[in-house]
Amino acid sequence: MADETKIPEKTPPPEKKAPPAAGNGKGLLTSFKDDIKSLPDEMKGKVKDQVEAAKDPAKTQIFTSIFRHKHDDTPRNRALGVLSNVFLHLHPAKINRDAVRYNYTWGMGGITFYLFIVLTFTGVLLMFYYHPTKVQAFRDVLYLEHDVPFGKILRNMHRWAAHLMIIAVWLHMFRVFLTGSYKKPREFNWNVGVILLVLTLLLSFTGYLLPDDQLGFWAVTVGTNMARATPMLGHEGPFGSQLGMTPYNDVRFGLLGGSIVDANALLRAYIWHCIGIPIIASIFMIVHFWRVRKDGGISGPAPVILASEVKEARR
Amino acid sequence: MDWRQLWEISSTPDNVPIVALLPLVVFYCWLAWKQARANDALIAQLEADPALAKTHHRKTYPWQPGWQKEIHVWPFLLRVEFLAAIIVTIILMVWSITLNAPMEEPANPNLTMNPAKAPWYFLGLQEMLVYFDPWIAGVVMPTLIIIGLMAIPYIDTNPLGSGYYTWKQRKFSISTFFFGFIVLWVSMIIIGTFIRGPGWLWFWPGQTWDHNKIVYEVNRDLPDLFGLTTQPLKGIFGLLAVGAYFVIGGLGLHTLFKRYNPKDYARMSFLQYNTMMFLMLLMVSLPLKIAIRLLFHIKYVWVTPWFNV
Ligand code: HEM
Repeated sequence: MADETKIPEKTPPPEKKAPPAAGNGKGLLTSFKDDIKSLPDEMKGKVKDQVEAAKDPAKTQIFTSIFRHKHDDTPRNRALGVLSNVFLHLHPAKINRDAVRYNYTWGMGGITFYLFIVLTFTGVLLMFYYHPTKVQAFRDVLYLEHDVPFGKILRNMHRWAAHLMIIAVWLHMFRVFLTGSYKKPREFNWNVGVILLVLTLLLSFTGYLLPDDQLGFWAVTVGTNMARATPMLGHEGPFGSQLGMTPYNDVRFGLLGGSIVDANALLRAYIWHCIGIPIIASIFMIVHFWRVRKDGGISGPAPVILASEVKEARR
Repeated sequence: MDWRQLWEISSTPDNVPIVALLPLVVFYCWLAWKQARANDALIAQLEADPALAKTHHRKTYPWQPGWQKEIHVWPFLLRVEFLAAIIVTIILMVWSITLNAPMEEPANPNLTMNPAKAPWYFLGLQEMLVYFDPWIAGVVMPTLIIIGLMAIPYIDTNPLGSGYYTWKQRKFSISTFFFGFIVLWVSMIIIGTFIRGPGWLWFWPGQTWDHNKIVYEVNRDLPDLFGLTTQPLKGIFGLLAVGAYFVIGGLGLHTLFKRYNPKDYARMSFLQYNTMMFLMLLMVSLPLKIAIRLLFHIKYVWVTPWFNV
């Protein structure tokens, strides 16, 4: 332990000069009076400087600490605006001049992603009011519909955005197919897309049960009844009973956490819907977007290739 | 004509997306078709004029020398994205204000809904339950659809048509996908939504749903038609019938494919070619099974003690 009292001895304090403007040698009281007298003028100057600075907010310390570049309209700044922003930097700085045409991509991938964000946002809000239990689930939805401020529009938006997302994913896949965008080098990203398609459908399906009403109950009953018939893994499927499958140990039991759609199924649907699948889907989306960039950006609109230019490899 | 019934079906809140899907699919098919036609015209022009092909920028979009090939994402792409987000938000808002999400009675296992329908996006599979056993319609088919979709990039060896709309350069792949997506998937959903009523029976649009309707259908198995009614024979016959479908169908498809897509055929490896053939034959078997069911009242082709096809 250092002896604190000895420190001043080791490093003697610098020679005491007169403090520069400590009242210019005047007494405390006089300098106090002078200070008060000059205060209005000094503050006026500071206010003026402040107003001047406010005219150019881009130069303030707060601004420059947030945005890492200037914002006057130069090519460099346009590029930096995208590249130095964590949300935008998935984009390149520049793209093919025709790729921004709506006709080509129909914007469907982007719309799908936007709907996913809307669903996450409204979904989290819904979670504040919803308990995944047989006793409360249905009442919670009724409560949302009738008592929670904006609860009805919240629920509606979540539902319709989910339907819209499915339509958008299908159309996105359709467009990717029609533009041949799954061809080299994008084969892998098409596969990531197929997984995203399945995840989107599963997200919607698991959500269907959550209001715990007749519609969801029977839809999920119809849907999961098919799992009974899984070959080898379901008790009604081919070779299922031969392999020892019963309603109490087959794949459907695993999905529902029981032999019927009941409390456990509700809880499982809830966890898959709100935690499991969204996380998995987010991971795949990250990979999907990353690969769009790595595969050379959007596939087109590319210059057409003529059949006569293709060199055929003999087989 | 029962307009009320028709209105009831198409205004059921959860059916509205399908009502919206129809015009959207038609619109986007048209949009793609328009661009494909323009590109095909350009391709034909360039194929006919090699000198022009050397100098042309090869897009149907306007182009002048001196124009930049690339533009800034900020603002040219971001403003489109921003606009799209606003438009989608507005559509969602209006939709959510005008139409309420469905909420039925509390779930009741003792009160079966009739018809009990899966969510609309799975209705194609539910429709298949009419023609196939659940293990096929509910498990094997979805699995094969996923596998088939994933296989597409690896079995389509055609180097043309990558990054632009075209029809003439990709007739085979586009018609196959169109058949699978529009004819099989989307139209089955439409049948499942608008046509299937109580008891999953067929009601034409505008026909009143009759909850007591019963249809007596005497369905036979294919082996029965040949007088085979005892088990080992039925099973063996079915195996042969399915085998024959794959062999004869495969050979027929082979000739057709070789005749109309000689280049693709030459390019494809053994594995690619057989995977494509297998998936194609499976896909074609769907409408075939539907047809023999509707025309000849045949329920199963292959009957075994463990499973029926
Ligand atoms: C949650 C679902 C999905 C999201 C959020 C998503 C998002 C996107 C986005 C934003 C793009 C950029 C181009 C565009 O907007 O069209 C894109 C491109 C692409 N997507 Fe998806 N997508 C999804 C599902 C799919 C599916 C189902 C497939 C195919 C089966 C797919 C295959 C592709 C491919 C191959 C590209 C590259 C296209 C090109 O370069 O032209 N994606 N995706």
